[in-house]
Amino acid sequence: MKILVAVKRVVDYNVKVRPKSDGSDVDLANVKMSINPFCEIAVEEAVRLAEKGLATEVVAVSVGPKQAQEQLRTALALGADRAVLVETDESLEPLAIAKCLKAVCDAESPDIILMGKQAIDGDNNQTGQMLSALLDCSQATFASELTLDGGKAVVIREVDGGLQTLELSLPAIVTSDLRLNEPRYASLPNIMKAKRKSLDVKTPDDLGVSIAPRVTLLGVELPAERQAGIKVDDVAMLVDKLKNEAKVIS
Amino acid sequence: MSLDFDSARLNNSHLTAEHEEWRAQLRRFFDREVIPFADQWDEDGALPDELWPKAAAVGILGLGYPEEFGGVSEGIDIWHKNILNEELARIAVGGLSATLMVHGIGLPPVLNFASEAIKQEVAPPVLAGTKRISLAITEPGAGSDVAHLTTTARLDGDHYVVNGSKTYITGGMNANWFTTAVRTGGEGAGGVSALLIPADLEGVSRTALDKKQGWWCSDTATIYFDNVRVPAANLVGQENRGFSVIMTNFNAERLAMSASMEAFSRVCLEDAVNWGRERKTFGQRLADHQVIRHKIAEMKQRINSTQCYLNQICAEVQAGREYAGDIALLKVQSSQTMEFCAREAMQILGGMGYMRGNRVERIYREVRVNAIGGGSEEIMRDLAARQYGL
Repeated sequence: MKILVAVKRVVDYNVKVRPKSDGSDVDLANVKMSINPFCEIAVEEAVRLAEKGLATEVVAVSVGPKQAQEQLRTALALGADRAVLVETDESLEPLAIAKCLKAVCDAESPDIILMGKQAIDGDNNQTGQMLSALLDCSQATFASELTLDGGKAVVIREVDGGLQTLELSLPAIVTSDLRLNEPRYASLPNIMKAKRKSLDVKTPDDLGVSIAPRVTLLGVELPAERQAGIKVDDVAMLVDKLKNEAKVIS
Repeated sequence: MSLDFDSARLNNSHLTAEHEEWRAQLRRFFDREVIPFADQWDEDGALPDELWPKAAAVGILGLGYPEEFGGVSEGIDIWHKNILNEELARIAVGGLSATLMVHGIGLPPVLNFASEAIKQEVAPPVLAGTKRISLAITEPGAGSDVAHLTTTARLDGDHYVVNGSKTYITGGMNANWFTTAVRTGGEGAGGVSALLIPADLEGVSRTALDKKQGWWCSDTATIYFDNVRVPAANLVGQENRGFSVIMTNFNAERLAMSASMEAFSRVCLEDAVNWGRERKTFGQRLADHQVIRHKIAEMKQRINSTQCYLNQICAEVQAGREYAGDIALLKVQSSQTMEFCAREAMQILGGMGYMRGNRVERIYREVRVNAIGGGSEEIMRDLAARQYGL
């Protein structure tokens, strides 16, 4: 069984992002970048399946700039066997990424495609679903548990009312939620070994994919600063303010 | 440009993607397993025993040591070590790195000079984090003056009989072995040997030195040797050649301390800048007052020069050229930078910084141990003057 796991290069979760001074986009100059935390969970799950002998190969894929090789190296250090980078400096929307991933899946024919439920930069939560539509294969999003059972995948997913269990025929797309697992730390020996694993670079053109953007970004600004609160004297005043100032009750 | 911990690091052309990956994994490890608890460990005056095997699993303890003993050496260079020291400093609990990494001064003499049997006995468990080794040089009556130490080891058959005491021994309360400087011969440097003393031998006792200005979580100790019979096979290097065994250790220790002090300075800068942007006084941000802006610029100026000096020396060491005088002065440069940045950051943080529980306050109380330990600023300048043939 082959597993393909997608990883995205995003602003590190510790960084406090700021808009550029002209408000045209988020300022990414000199900002620390990392593997998207949900993708890291997906890599860990793939590696665990391989360690249990349930998967024979784990291929990590990223779509992004040349520097996304760093995040692929992270995936290799965590235990992926080889990596593919679809390299482009263009800004990428979920559909463009899904199309690139579809082309890689066509070439690789994985049985399971693991990815994060969303990336912490755009918080779109779309790529897995779009890829499922493009590949016309089964999907389970927000997975908190994944087991393989005789050519089927059983996924427990977190939904508003509780937990939902799905049985999927393969190939299938599974997107990871936070509680799927706790990713390991790549040890120094594994970091050094990752250097020798293969990392293929392709371009969207090689794959025959158009990544032209369909959305125009008009501007980016900080949320309005929160004003200091006040103390109300009594319940009557609270009700009055909720009714007439905040207008949240009538 | 920005002034956070990472952005305030000047570009270093020696770093590769593997170095950055090492940094990223270390940061994940420390962010999750250490930083949320480190302040409490410091307040409690002790580190949890599990920290050692956890650090070993990530590759922290074995970094740069031979693979045959469980270390990682293939492809490892000085920059991997600097990155570890920087990330340890980012925790901002000085005693943590000093204690967790104390094998960095205790183990190299054993690996470089002890017998094969001793190496096999000591190195694997130390690098796996199941046993610990400390370096025991300083005595109540002799610190930097290694040539005049008075702990004696008298050969009696196939054993040395050791008498004397050692003090300020980092990791001393929990060490399984002490790499100890003893006098086997006459006066001066030519009578000193290095001897590996197991802590469980009869006649070894220790008391904790737990009232320290800093390094609260470190189990610093005074060790007493009372007619301790140590197998002669535990000699590290040749008899009466211990002075060079001990001295070869110091350059690496001072370099590691310098990398760590530079990073402590950057933590101070980061916290001062964040506070300066947030705090408003007299109708504007602290960072808009010229006096504060100048403090921050000067911190960055001194950090920049320390980084350049450090990276220059490290590139030389990586190429196999070690200049003890330049390394000694690098340590002075680094401790002065740390002292300045801790002071200025504390001035900027004001009352908030004076309260316990923040990184600047913790770093502030670690300034002196860095300016004194591993060779005081005064000794460093004197050493440099001698090295330069003045």
